[in-house]
Amino acid sequence: MAVRIIIPTPLRPYAGKQPSVEFEARTVGEALERLTSQYEELRKHLYSDDGRIRSFVNVYVNDEDIRFLQKETTPIRDGDTISIIPSIAGGTLAARAEAPAETKLSKEEVLRYSRHLIMPEVGMEGQLKLKQARVLLIGTGGLGAPLGLYLAAAGVGRLGLVDFDVVDFTNLQRQVAFSTADVGRAKLEAAKERLATLNPEVQIETYNARLTSENALDILRDFDIVVDGTDNFPTRYLVNDACVLLGKPNVYGSIFRFEGQATVFGMPGGPCYRCLYPEPPPPGLVPSCAEGGVLGVLPGIVGAIQAMETIKLILGRGDVLVGRLLLFDALAMRFRELKLHKNPECPLCGDRRTITKLVDYEEFCGIRRADAPVPTAQVPEVSPRELKARLDRGDDLFILDVREQHEYQICNLRGHLIPLGDLPKRVHELDSSREIVAHCRSGKRSAEAVEFLRKAGFRKVWNLKGGILAWSDEVDPSVPKY
Amino acid sequence: MLVLSEEIADRIRAHGAKAYPDECCGALLGGDAGAGREVADLLSLTNRHEDSPRNRFSITPQDFLAAEATAMARGLELVGWYHSHPDHPAAPSDYDREHAWPWYSYVIVNVTAGEPGPITSWRLAEDRSRFFQEEMANSVRATR
Repeated sequence: MAVRIIIPTPLRPYAGKQPSVEFEARTVGEALERLTSQYEELRKHLYSDDGRIRSFVNVYVNDEDIRFLQKETTPIRDGDTISIIPSIAGGTLAARAEAPAETKLSKEEVLRYSRHLIMPEVGMEGQLKLKQARVLLIGTGGLGAPLGLYLAAAGVGRLGLVDFDVVDFTNLQRQVAFSTADVGRAKLEAAKERLATLNPEVQIETYNARLTSENALDILRDFDIVVDGTDNFPTRYLVNDACVLLGKPNVYGSIFRFEGQATVFGMPGGPCYRCLYPEPPPPGLVPSCAEGGVLGVLPGIVGAIQAMETIKLILGRGDVLVGRLLLFDALAMRFRELKLHKNPECPLCGDRRTITKLVDYEEFCGIRRADAPVPTAQVPEVSPRELKARLDRGDDLFILDVREQHEYQICNLRGHLIPLGDLPKRVHELDSSREIVAHCRSGKRSAEAVEFLRKAGFRKVWNLKGGILAWSDEVDPSVPKY
Repeated sequence: MLVLSEEIADRIRAHGAKAYPDECCGALLGGDAGAGREVADLLSLTNRHEDSPRNRFSITPQDFLAAEATAMARGLELVGWYHSHPDHPAAPSDYDREHAWPWYSYVIVNVTAGEPGPITSWRLAEDRSRFFQEEMANSVRATR
């Protein structure tokens, strides 16, 4: 079949300066193969190193994109025209205010920001950019504290805060924007007050809500940069997807025990969170801070890195963490860096996008919604009150504590300690003829232990419902909760 | 060397101001003659980047084909593209570079607070590693 291939002007120098060439071919792939065999120089412009058509090249047969036909196997009829169309796009990427309504600093502001102003990398121009910038912080917890404090101090004009939580005692070890007197208050209220006393010039907008697929686009839309300070997978995917759909940078950070990560997703040409993790981990595999613990200083360091990258994005200065995942190990006190590549197959930001709107992220991550009934553990249970009554009666019960050694030191019910992970190899320490009550902190790990023991042939084994937390609430308030 | 008459430069500025705070975009029609490249006319296009027209522009393949056809019909060549950078300097961004092609001239006009500013022109290196600023003829230089 005779087919005419139209060459765009930038590629004509590599095709004998001709606007079009004719070949005999049966498919689009064959025609392009003939073309690039004859004009070898064209190949590197049309194909990437792995032999695929470059993502910025569109190939049309007559007026149809071959991606929506049969791609390179699209058959050709006599007289068809193939057009090679370079995709033409561009634009600025630095965050900008909608319109610089106020483009001056007051005398007080000049004084406040003088250590920025005297640096040429910031200067008046940079400080005004900061003043015009609109940054949204998702979460006002461990990462949100240094983020909020440093961004407010730096003079970011508008800070949006999203949170729905209440300050509790366990937060104070790391969430340094709050003080002891804030326990019991809404985090948003306490954070807004703290940031406003730090810098009254900053406009603070609060969104007292859980970020959801329904409200995310509306909340994010009015901001230039989104900073993710959340601790759960559904919200991370939600923030990522919303940022990519809206074309906004997503300054990402995460923390666990002694290790932190930071990078910037959602930048043009850069990867998104789904390029790195196409699928969420199975629920429960990666513990949260509440389950795994975190050294209080760690979110301070990672949040400060996020704040720095946010400011660099606003200023348009330096090398931002795009396509680089920064890994921080606090115990070794080492930073490492991994290269991140944009995944051309990414369903959200790749060449053939299948995700064009927000989905149900709880479902995507295999987590049931909070309002759905949580199925009760399929293991026999005993309540703290029943256990107390039976112990008081002098029943012969064997208390098995499946927590870790260091948790045992916080508080214990004088049980026999076998951490859950050691149970299979230490099961011989248990006497299957005795009644066994297993417990942990909240009842989750001990339920697994009970299930394991039942399968191993133990018949008289129960789980302490609600664990040591429920014991403290219902039986003995002198036992500390952690 | 890109030869851009004051009249054509004014049309680019006007388009940038009109589209503000969104980005404007369009095609440059003209031809290479000797050492220079002259822009004879413009074809203003619709910015199809619907997600974020404020800081992105993109031209659909259909618009591209139409621009090439228009150029050919008038005996001209599609020599490049122009777009505006609202509240951002008239210098190519990384995004511009990643989405650019060698050979084309990329003309950028800065528009600050709705007022058009400097115009610059850029060409991508053959190996796509960087942009080179293209010298411009006439009084249209990035000196304002």
